Amino acid sequence: MGLAIAFWILAVVAVITALSVVLLRNVFRAALSLVASFLTVAGIYITLSADFLAAVQILVYVGAISILIILSIMLTREFQQGSPSSKLSIPAFIVAILFLGIAGFTLLNTSWRISTALPLEPTTPFLAVKLLGEGGFILPVEIAAVLLLAAILGAIVLVREK
Amino acid sequence: MSIGLTHYLILSAILFSIGLYGALAKRNAIVILMSIEIMLVAVSITMVAFSRFVVPTLLTGQVFVIFIMVVAAAETAVGLAIVMAIYRHRETIDATKINLMKW
Repeated sequence: MGLAIAFWILAVVAVITALSVVLLRNVFRAALSLVASFLTVAGIYITLSADFLAAVQILVYVGAISILIILSIMLTREFQQGSPSSKLSIPAFIVAILFLGIAGFTLLNTSWRISTALPLEPTTPFLAVKLLGEGGFILPVEIAAVLLLAAILGAIVLVREK
Repeated sequence: MSIGLTHYLILSAILFSIGLYGALAKRNAIVILMSIEIMLVAVSITMVAFSRFVVPTLLTGQVFVIFIMVVAAAETAVGLAIVMAIYRHRETIDATKINLMKW
């Protein structure tokens, strides 16, 4: 029962904050509501008993990515003009509604095979075994490290003064 | 009525549609990147929900979400760097006015 109440509150707040990201004209306020949206998503992970992911969500998204976004909004100095919609806003709205309709229809008419097993809790040791253990995802972890290094180098090269 | 898999999937479909609309309709390049972040987060919710309700003891969906976060962080860093470079060059981040690669 408590889980249901938490889910409904978090879901409503997540949808409202996501809507205000795309609807607010002030870009800075949109970025702040994006941070609120990330926080509610961390709460949704907790209701799904994914504790490690909730912590990582707060660290990476609320901590790092939001700082990047807010910093670049301040550096580009275009937030006085707001974030107007382009000429394509009505077709974009139609595409989004169509996607939502098709996805909702498909989701509601599929009979998912729900497992009744209890979730693992806490998830951290099992995730460590999955990622680093025998037969796990050790190669993708290494590739992710290389990808992050390449992204950091690429970002430095792109914004460097000539 | 208890909360099941369908609730989470519908929630993530709604979030994905909002992000899709923002990514297609907005002119500010940073707002477009923010909308893409919303879409990535929506997909992550789907992954965790499937992991929780379909294979609760395997955690494969959560491993996928960790890699989604890595790729999203890299994407945001490079995307914002490109936006900053364009702003330095052309004094605008209006996506309708950036036509460097238009043929």
